[in-house]
Amino acid sequence: MLTVENVNQYYGGSHILRGISFEAAPGKVTALLGRNGVGKTTLLKALMGLVPVASGRVSFGGEDITRAPPHLRVRTGIGYVPQGREIFPRLTVHENLTMGLATKPRGSPVPERVFELFPVLRTMLGRRGGDLSGGQQQQLAIGRALAMGPSLLVLDEPTEGIQPSIIKDIERAIRALAGEGSMAILLVEQYYDFARSLSDRYLVMQRGEIVRRGDTEGMERDGVRGLLAL
Amino acid sequence: MEQFLQQLTNGLAVGSIYALIALGYTMVYGVLKLINFAHGDLFTYGAYLGMTLLTSLLLKDRLGMVAGVLVLAGMVMGLVGLLGVILERAAYRPLRESPRLSAVVSALGASIFLQNALMLVYGARYQVYPEDILPQTAVSLLGFEIPLMRIVVFLASVVMMAALYLFVQKTKIGTAIRAAAIDQGAARLMGIDVDRVVLVVFLIGPALGGAAGLLVGLYYGQVNFTMGWIYGMKAFTAAILGGIGNIPGAMVGGLLLGVVEALGAAYLSIAWKDAIAFCVLILILIVRPTGLLGERVAEKV
Repeated sequence: MLTVENVNQYYGGSHILRGISFEAAPGKVTALLGRNGVGKTTLLKALMGLVPVASGRVSFGGEDITRAPPHLRVRTGIGYVPQGREIFPRLTVHENLTMGLATKPRGSPVPERVFELFPVLRTMLGRRGGDLSGGQQQQLAIGRALAMGPSLLVLDEPTEGIQPSIIKDIERAIRALAGEGSMAILLVEQYYDFARSLSDRYLVMQRGEIVRRGDTEGMERDGVRGLLAL
Repeated sequence: MEQFLQQLTNGLAVGSIYALIALGYTMVYGVLKLINFAHGDLFTYGAYLGMTLLTSLLLKDRLGMVAGVLVLAGMVMGLVGLLGVILERAAYRPLRESPRLSAVVSALGASIFLQNALMLVYGARYQVYPEDILPQTAVSLLGFEIPLMRIVVFLASVVMMAALYLFVQKTKIGTAIRAAAIDQGAARLMGIDVDRVVLVVFLIGPALGGAAGLLVGLYYGQVNFTMGWIYGMKAFTAAILGGIGNIPGAMVGGLLLGVVEALGAAYLSIAWKDAIAFCVLILILIVRPTGLLGERVAEKV
C-alpha cells in the first residue's frame, strides 16, 4: 500500500529525516510514535508532498509519488487529517464535508458511512465549522478525509487536546475502519495508551530516525513507553 | 428630488463599475493575499480593446445593436481574462514562494509596463468611443428622465455579479476558490489544485475588470491610458470598504462608494469627489478595519 524507502530530509544544516523506511498495509493500523520535535510531522508533510524529500522514494499502491504535488497524492487515495484539524471555520459542516469530495465528480453525496461513524456531524450539518467544539472539529476533519473514500487514512495526533469521551468515539471509528480490512491507517501519536490499544504495528521515531519497530503486542516488552517519556 | 434621484442613479451606475473592478482585487487577494496593482490597468485594456474592436470589426453594422454589443463584451472579457492569466504567469507565479513585498513590487512594475505599452500603441491623448453604439435616449422613471446608458451599465454589472456569485457558491471550482481563500494548505490536502484555482481567479477577475472598462467607455465615451489608476484606487477602496477577500463585500462596497461619492459631489462640491471617496476609506480603516462584511475570525488555539 504505502511504501516509504530510505527517505532523507534536511532543514538548513540539520538532517531531520534520516533514512526512514516503513510500510502501511491495508486493514492495519500503523502507529508512528515519538516525542515533540522528532520529525513526525515533517515526515507526514513529506508523505503528503508539502515538503520535498531530499532523497528516497515514496510509493502508494505501486505508484511512485515521490515528486507528485499534494493534490495529486490526495487523488490517488490518501486522506489526511492534519494536526490541529484545520477545518474551514467559515464554511458549514456540510460544506466542509463537501470539500473532501473535491476529487469526486460534481454532486457526489457525502458517503453515509461518515455519518454512521460520527452521528454528531449529521445533527450539525448547517452549523459553521468554527462554532464546533474541538472534539467535534476533529470528528469533522476525519469525516472530511473519509468523504473521498481514501485507501490510506493519515491521522496526525487526533487526540491532541480532545476530551476523553470523544477520544473514545474516535477510537471506535478508527477500529471500525481498520476492521473493514481495505483501508490502511497511519496514526501519528504521542498518546501511548491510545496508540497501543488501536494499532497493529508500531514505529518509534527519535531525532529523525526510526529507532524501534514491531508488532503492538510487543510494545510493552520493548520498552516503548520509556522512549516516549520525557 | 430631481437632483437627488439623478445623482443616486448615477452613483449606482458608477458604483456598479467600481464593484466589478473591486471583485478582481478581492478575489485575487482572497486566494493569494496579494493586491494586484496592475488590475486597474487591465480595466483600461478592456476599455481600449472595446474601442478598437468596435471601430475595426463594425460589429454593430454586422450583427445589430444588441448582438453586436454582447459579442463585443464577450470578446473583451475573453481577451482581458487571457491577459490576466499571462500576467499571473509572468509577474506573480515566479514569486509565489518569495516574500509578499516582492510580489507587490512586481505588481507595480507590471502596472507601469502595461500603462506604457498602451501609451506607445495609442498615444497619450484621450481617445473617443464611437458615439452611435447605444441610443442616447432617456427613460422615464417615476416622472424623471434617466439616461438609458446609466440603466444599461447598472443592469449589466448586476447580471455579471449575480453570475459570479452563483458560480462561486454553486459550482465545484467555485467552492474550491472559497476553500483556497480560507486555507490554501488545507485546500491542497483536500485534493484541490490550488494552481488551477489561481488560474481561474486570474481569468475571471480581469474579465470582469475588462467588462467594466468597456462599460466606462460606452458610458463616458472617452478613454485614456491612465484611467485605470483612479478607477483602480476607487475599486480598491470599495474592496476594503466591503471587506477585502469577501465577494459580496466588494459588490456592496462598490455600490455604496459610488452613491456616497455621487451624492457628496452633488451636495458638497464636485471638486471634492475623489477626496470624499478616500475619506470613506480612511474612516472605514479606523472604525472597522475588516470592512463592512469582513469577518473577525477567532484565532485558532
